[in-house]
Amino acid sequence: MGVQQNTAVSGKKSNLRKLRKTVLSKTTYRGILAVIIFFICWEASSRLHFPIVGEIPPPSSVLKAMQKIVGDAGFWKSWLVSFKRVFSGFIVAQIIGIPLGLLMGINRIFRELMFPGIEILRPIPPLAWVPTAVIFWPTAEMSMTFVTFLGAFFTVVLNIIGGARSIDVRYLRAAYSLGSRRRDIFFRIVLPATLPSIFVGMAVGMGITWEVVVAAEMIASRSGLGFLTWQSYVAGNYPVIVIGMISIGVAGFLSSSLIRLIGNFFTPWRKVI
Amino acid sequence: MAEPEGSLKLDNPSGSYRAETAVGPSAGKISIRNVSKTYDPDGANVKAVDNCSLEIGAGEFCVVVGPSGCGKTTLLNAIAGFHSISSGEIYLDDQLLCSKTRKAEPGADRIVVFQNGALFPWYTVLENVICGPVVQGKSSSKDAKAAAAELLGQFGLSEIIHNYPGEISSGMRRRVEIARAMISNPKVLLLDEPFRAMDALTKSVMHKYLLDVFDKTRKTVFFITHDLEEAIFLADKVVVSTTRPARIKKVIEVDLPRPRDFLVLSTERYRELKMEAIDAVHEEALKAFEAGERELA
Repeated sequence: MGVQQNTAVSGKKSNLRKLRKTVLSKTTYRGILAVIIFFICWEASSRLHFPIVGEIPPPSSVLKAMQKIVGDAGFWKSWLVSFKRVFSGFIVAQIIGIPLGLLMGINRIFRELMFPGIEILRPIPPLAWVPTAVIFWPTAEMSMTFVTFLGAFFTVVLNIIGGARSIDVRYLRAAYSLGSRRRDIFFRIVLPATLPSIFVGMAVGMGITWEVVVAAEMIASRSGLGFLTWQSYVAGNYPVIVIGMISIGVAGFLSSSLIRLIGNFFTPWRKVI
Repeated sequence: MAEPEGSLKLDNPSGSYRAETAVGPSAGKISIRNVSKTYDPDGANVKAVDNCSLEIGAGEFCVVVGPSGCGKTTLLNAIAGFHSISSGEIYLDDQLLCSKTRKAEPGADRIVVFQNGALFPWYTVLENVICGPVVQGKSSSKDAKAAAAELLGQFGLSEIIHNYPGEISSGMRRRVEIARAMISNPKVLLLDEPFRAMDALTKSVMHKYLLDVFDKTRKTVFFITHDLEEAIFLADKVVVSTTRPARIKKVIEVDLPRPRDFLVLSTERYRELKMEAIDAVHEEALKAFEAGERELA
């Protein structure tokens, strides 16, 4: 059969060309222009003493403070402390949440037993747990980790349950028809089919965890980026507040991007939908 | 049933059938006897199949034609082991496959090719095809890959064996699915409107492929379609089924010579066969239309 095969060609050269086209496009130029205008407005509003907006430290003073703080070891220690809290809570949430979510996704009885308990606890915002956590956990760090854990946990579990329950029955039937046993069904169908949901849960959970850790640090800690931000307000060092905010944003973005990259690596078939 | 499970007793119809039994001399003979199936969703007794009896010989290409949603798939699902039946029996190679009290287990001796395809999207084409032999424990991953690569080569698909199903055309996907089924050497190939979602040109190419595979392997094929022309072109035996509940309305033996190609469509004999069936099919189509039968998605 001399049929022309229309396979997906994704050579490196065409990828590079596509990248160049995207980066040097009108869209990019317009975006850059918008960002420049934003910074100009920000700076101008402060120098011209606009009401309300003018009170925010302008880019120039933020830049000056940034030059100073980058050399300060304490600043980078805050980064490390916050990252450690986020990742420890996040990883525990995955270790407990992924198996739990999978079990609840595939076993109806287990799901019906566990679901009410989870649904009752879920509406309580992780931050509302801070006082309780501080009371019950022996160390301050453990209470912080518990709160970040909560942030990621429910997201992960719910996403996985959704993913596991929405596996097309045809795949299961096809697998059984090919002679699969239950173990094969789990490792060859359920797990790969749920993997995208797991990573979505992770990425969203990561974002929530960062929100939680920052607020928890403001309330109940003496270290970390959240504490740095709050402390700068208390001390009247307003440019550092902005630096704190930017740092938190960048840290969250880096974490989520990392998750997304790892997710893309483990689900290569998703690229081509 | 005093006989131990799993023993291959061709002369003992009450011996239960298990998928692991070896391929016997009359491999793939299907006997459907007075099978009925009633669903009970939310209390509304829906009779899908009403007292169907059908004999399919080993190595025969049997096509069931009927309007959509009429219950043809129910028969296929019963043979495949996805559903039970409410009454009657189905025998495979003279052993009881399923009955009112016994549901068949799905197995690699009766492999199904699904309507919109069921290739696993997270495996490449090659990994999909080796699924059967590997999970059945019949060969190691490496050996299976070599055998699969060869089979896919015969199907003309060597270039795409490392692509994901999402990257290839529907015609290729269906071919891969057929390869995935054939590599496990099933007794029966069950096809549930596999070419339904294809345009006519792709469909005609797929027909040729399927017939090539059939000619080479002579497996028993149980094929479901709503297209009478497709049915006559492919089959040794065309079974016209009524709209729900499905009954066997008419059985036509197709004696067109094999191997068949599209030129057969313009022969006198083909037209005669079509004339035999077309009234029956059209009558059922009309009934289904007026009853507002919902098509399968």
